[in-house]
Amino acid sequence: MADRRYTKTHEWVTVDGKTATVGITDFAQAQLGDVVFLELPSVGRKVAVREGFGVVESVKAASDLYAPVAGQIAAVNDKLSTRPELINADPYGEGWILKIELAGGLPSDLLDEDGYKKVTEAAAH
Amino acid sequence: MVDFGGWEMPQQYTSIRDEHLAVRRVAGLFDVSHMGRLIVEGHDAEVYLQGLVTNDIAAVQPGHAIYTLMCRDDGGVIDDLIVYRQAKDSFLVVVNAANRDKDSAWMREHLPRGVALTDRSGELSLIAFQGPRAPELMPTDRPTDDIEYFAFRQGKVGGEDAMISRTGYTGEDGFELFIATPLVGKVWDAILESGKSAGVLPAGLGARDATRLEAALRLYGNDMDETVNPYEAGLGWTVKLGKGDFVGSKALAAVKAGGPRRTLVGLQSEPASILRHGAAVKAGGRTVGVVTSGTHSFFLGHPIALALVEVASLRVGDRATVEVRGREAEAEVVKLPFYRGSARSAVAPSRS
Repeated sequence: MADRRYTKTHEWVTVDGKTATVGITDFAQAQLGDVVFLELPSVGRKVAVREGFGVVESVKAASDLYAPVAGQIAAVNDKLSTRPELINADPYGEGWILKIELAGGLPSDLLDEDGYKKVTEAAAH
Repeated sequence: MVDFGGWEMPQQYTSIRDEHLAVRRVAGLFDVSHMGRLIVEGHDAEVYLQGLVTNDIAAVQPGHAIYTLMCRDDGGVIDDLIVYRQAKDSFLVVVNAANRDKDSAWMREHLPRGVALTDRSGELSLIAFQGPRAPELMPTDRPTDDIEYFAFRQGKVGGEDAMISRTGYTGEDGFELFIATPLVGKVWDAILESGKSAGVLPAGLGARDATRLEAALRLYGNDMDETVNPYEAGLGWTVKLGKGDFVGSKALAAVKAGGPRRTLVGLQSEPASILRHGAAVKAGGRTVGVVTSGTHSFFLGHPIALALVEVASLRVGDRATVEVRGREAEAEVVKLPFYRGSARSAVAPSRS
C-alpha cells in the first residue's frame, strides 16, 4: 500500500511489505506549533492499536501519540532528538517518527485521504 | 491566531523558532496595538499620577518615559505600565490590553477636577521593531542615535509621522512606534520591506513571550496580579517610597520593612521538560511555590521559567523539582536575566 492512511488522532501511516512508517500529519504539526521535544519508545517494544506510545511537545502543549497499527517498534527517527523541527518542516518525509514491524493486518478503521480531510474540517474552527 | 486579552493575535507568522532567532540576531516586528493607550492631561496631571503609581513621575522630563506599577491600597499590583511624559502637563500611559478597562475605571475613580483622561487606543496604533540591527534597518528620516533608552521624540518612519520611543519588551535595542491608525499598515510594510534581505521577520506572541522571559521582564497576569506586591515580584526598584504618599504606599512600606514573604526566581531545565505556568515547585521535599511563566527558549536551547516561591527557599545554584506531566522534573535556579541583549541601559537601575 503506497497511499497514506490516517487516524482520527492525527497520525499517518504508510506500509511497505511488513514495515509501517508512522508520523503526525501536517494538520497536527500546524496545530502544535514548533515542536520542541519528543518522548519516544525504545526499539523492540510491542504496541497495540491505539496504544499511547509517546508524547510530542511544543511550546503550546504536549500531545500524546497513538499507534495506528499493532506490532513491534523496529526503528525510531534519531534525527528528531536534535532536530525536532523536522516534524514541522517535513511531517510526511524527514519528520517520520517510528517504523513498526506489523503483527497481523491493518485496522479496518484507518481513514483514507478524504476520510481524514473530514476529520480536519470538523476540528478546525 | 489566539485570543489575547480580547484581541485576535497570531502566536506566530511563520514559526516561533525563526521569529525568536530573528529578534535576537537581526530584528523582529511586533504588532502590539492591543495595548491600551491613555492620555492624562491637565495642570495637576503630574500630582495625580504621582499619587497613583509607585515610581517617581516628578523625576521624568518631557521626552522621557518610565516603567512603573500601579497598586491597590493593600499593595497588590493592579497593572504594570509605562508613562511617557510628552510635556509638563501631558502624559501618555500605556497599559496591558487585558487591564485597559480595569485601569481606566481605577484611574477615573481617582481623577480630580482639572485633569482629563482620554482613551486613544483606537486612534493611535503601536508596533515594536526590536533587535540588535533595528536602529540600522529602520526606514527613518534621520539617525536615531540621539534617542536615549526610555526616551522618545517625533520623527518619520516609512515616510509617515511616528512617535519613536527607545523602549521594548525583548531585552534588545529597538523602538516602539506610535502611529496614527490609518497609517500604521503602510509603516509596517515599509519596515518589513526595508529589513527583508537582512532577515527581519514579523513576530507574534510566541516570540514575544520567549524573548521577554529571557530578559526576565514580568508579564502581568502570570508573574504578578492583585495578590502579589511589587517586592514579591522583584520590582521593588520601581517603588519610590521617598517621593511621598501614593495609593498603597503605607502597605508597601510595611512589606519593605518586614521583607516580602515570597520572591520570584529563575529556573531552567532540560529540553525534555517545559516548566509550565501553574506547575508546583518543590525544594527539600516540599512544595515551596509555583511556576508563573515558562516556555522553551529556541535561542538558549532549553526551557526557562519564573517561579514565585517562599523567600529563602531557593537560591541561585540550588536544585528544585517541578511537576511536569505527572512526574518531577529537575530544574536549576539561575541568575536573572536568562539573557542580556542589546538593549541600552543608560542609567536604568539594575533589576532583580
